[in-house]
Amino acid sequence: MERAGFIRFFDEMTNQEGGIRAPYREYCQWFDGEDAARIAQKAKQAEAFFRTIGITFNVYGAEGGDERLIPFDVVPRIIAAGEWRRLSRGIEQRVRALNAFLHDIYHRQEILRAGRVPTELIARNDAFLPMMMGMDPPGGVYTHISGIDIVRTGPDEFYVLEDNARTPSGVSYMLENRETMLQMFPELFAKVPVREVGDYPINLLKSLSACAPPMCGGTPTVAVLTPGIHNSAYFEHSFLADQMGAELVEGHDLRVVGGRIAMRTTRGYRPIDVLYRRVDDDFLDPLNFRSDSLLGVPGIWDVYRAGGITIANAPGTGIADDKALYSYMPDIIEFYTGEKALLPNVPTWRCSEPEHLREVLDRLPELVVKEVHGSGGYGMLVGPAASKKEIAAFRAKLEANPRNYIAQPTLSLSTVPIFTKKGLAPRHVDLRPFVLMSPQGITITPGGLTRVAMTKGSLVVNSSQGGGTKDTWVLED
Amino acid sequence: MLGKTAGSLFWMARYLERSENNARLIDAGFRIALTRSATAPAEWKSVLETAGVVDAYKAANAEFTSARVVDFLLRDPANPSSILSIVKQARDNARTARTHLTREMWEAVNTGWMTLVALLKRPVREDDLPDVLATIRRQNSQVRGALTGTMLRNDGFDFAELGTFLERADNTARILDVKYYLLLPSVAHIGSSIDNVQWETILRSVSALRAYRWLYGAEISALKIAEFLILYAQMPRSLAFCCERMAEHLGRIQHLYGEETEAGRMATALCSNRLAGPIQSIFDGGLHEYLRGFLTANAALARQVELDYRFVE
Repeated sequence: MERAGFIRFFDEMTNQEGGIRAPYREYCQWFDGEDAARIAQKAKQAEAFFRTIGITFNVYGAEGGDERLIPFDVVPRIIAAGEWRRLSRGIEQRVRALNAFLHDIYHRQEILRAGRVPTELIARNDAFLPMMMGMDPPGGVYTHISGIDIVRTGPDEFYVLEDNARTPSGVSYMLENRETMLQMFPELFAKVPVREVGDYPINLLKSLSACAPPMCGGTPTVAVLTPGIHNSAYFEHSFLADQMGAELVEGHDLRVVGGRIAMRTTRGYRPIDVLYRRVDDDFLDPLNFRSDSLLGVPGIWDVYRAGGITIANAPGTGIADDKALYSYMPDIIEFYTGEKALLPNVPTWRCSEPEHLREVLDRLPELVVKEVHGSGGYGMLVGPAASKKEIAAFRAKLEANPRNYIAQPTLSLSTVPIFTKKGLAPRHVDLRPFVLMSPQGITITPGGLTRVAMTKGSLVVNSSQGGGTKDTWVLED
Repeated sequence: MLGKTAGSLFWMARYLERSENNARLIDAGFRIALTRSATAPAEWKSVLETAGVVDAYKAANAEFTSARVVDFLLRDPANPSSILSIVKQARDNARTARTHLTREMWEAVNTGWMTLVALLKRPVREDDLPDVLATIRRQNSQVRGALTGTMLRNDGFDFAELGTFLERADNTARILDVKYYLLLPSVAHIGSSIDNVQWETILRSVSALRAYRWLYGAEISALKIAEFLILYAQMPRSLAFCCERMAEHLGRIQHLYGEETEAGRMATALCSNRLAGPIQSIFDGGLHEYLRGFLTANAALARQVELDYRFVE
């Protein structure tokens, strides 16, 4: 094993000889001609701009439900046209496979019969929704919106780190980051040919409308369902509704009227055709799921089953985010597409398996261990960054409930420079491209959300753990 | 639009209007406290009464001192109607209705809130108070500017304006009601200097002292103040003006929806039944009774709007 100080990280801007990599050449030319003080000034403006428009998030557990800003870095992350072509092909393949997998496990379960995925991984999974068995979601689509987390470790080495099909968030940052860059550095976009991202909301609306339910007559009415203003992603919910020209509803705005889900308007109840919900399955319907939920709509499940509404993403889709299942993705892709996965998985130990567990326990200080159902960077161990005490505590949790964990090698995530007081400094990044699916096809917005660990050496990019974001540029061909 | 959204726009506007009115009340109270310290406690008590928080204040405080009352009205967490808390509620409503606000409108509300949070981090020093109050009023002017300058003239705009004028009418009626005994012609010491100061305070509370002078000259009389604040339809804080606006905005909503409502009928009735004048007949019937009646009718209108336009289920 390499000693920590000697791990070489791949930097996306500069190559090992200190030269500038091709996608960054035009940007760096511009940067070299700029005054650092001016850029620092712009970075300050960006922060004020984000605060005024309220792109803040609430940190769970933080005192008084603080509204915080996600740090924004002014140096873009740049992806070459060729790199993106490759990535997007792999992403499209993966999303198609995920959708086929979801359809299969909620119908004939061929993949379980073929023994390619263990049955108990589905049967004993809380995210599996038995009520979806035999249900056909309108248009056959489960994953209307997904976010595929990708990390890079070398010039040609991309890995999928996580699949997010439950309720992927962050797309508003992707859009506002671009908007901010356009306002701060308009001249840059005249110099560098960057592909547009601004049509995402319209594509989202089209994609959702194309999945209208059988009972929809005429132009589909789309609404966004939010848990309300205290939810950490409320800004995004209102942003997307606003950009689509759709109503932003909460559970108490909705009820079942005449076999449809209807929203209470100033002129009475009006039916909704497609509900882009940003609440979890459990909270959707207090009659059929959690009875204590105030976020959902009593009876929506029955309307859904009768073809009166489209729910996006489809209930039961969350199982695709399961990290134990993730380790089977290469098999899943091959099973449904007949092709090898174009984008590899990160090697993963399943702690539910005794020999895997033994190896993980032996090598804990060098591994990353994650909860199977975790997200947001909560409840995970980054071995190399943890203290002996933290590792010991985690070891106890792991031994008590091994099924709840998977482990992965600590990846040498690529770096992209951020702008600091002392100049450019490399920081680790990942990438979340956003994928839309409808019966008419798959749309991937060029780029996505680049998350960056703002602390030197840190590998955790989650905003809940102090990570920031960057504008992501995919260059034109 | 969603009933909830209409309700949020209505309440956003009400809270913002309330914060501005309370800032004016503090300003007027502060001036009396500075110039006539003997009457200050009584004046602060009436300010608290007008703001409807005198009981909450008395629960935690024994005396009516300037520093305590001002802090209570501006930022005390024990006061759910402090300006800080009211503006927070205005902003929460704006967030709920955000998809129906222009970017300028939201930014004006949000910036106002952020400015206020920074200003009211700690108790405001006496010599900073005029500045702080002026800032609150200025922030509200920006919101009104964004509202009239950028919002579509659709039902959302009408609901917001309805909230503004309903709240404003309530405020003007309360100011008059708390001070009505000063305006009663039968009180013995009419014309004494104390009364003039008090009457001026009433006008100051609605930022109308100069407007009054332009209109009526130097003579300050009870009847004229009452006429000015109740019946004079060119005065933007008078009951007549507010009620005309409410009827107008409800008229627009009814027209847009092609449906007449009880709320619309009530607003029209409010104008024609209670604001016909002349002022002498209002005094003859009892000013206090008149104002109580108005406040009750105004509150009933608010409830009816909420019901007719389905703000809540």
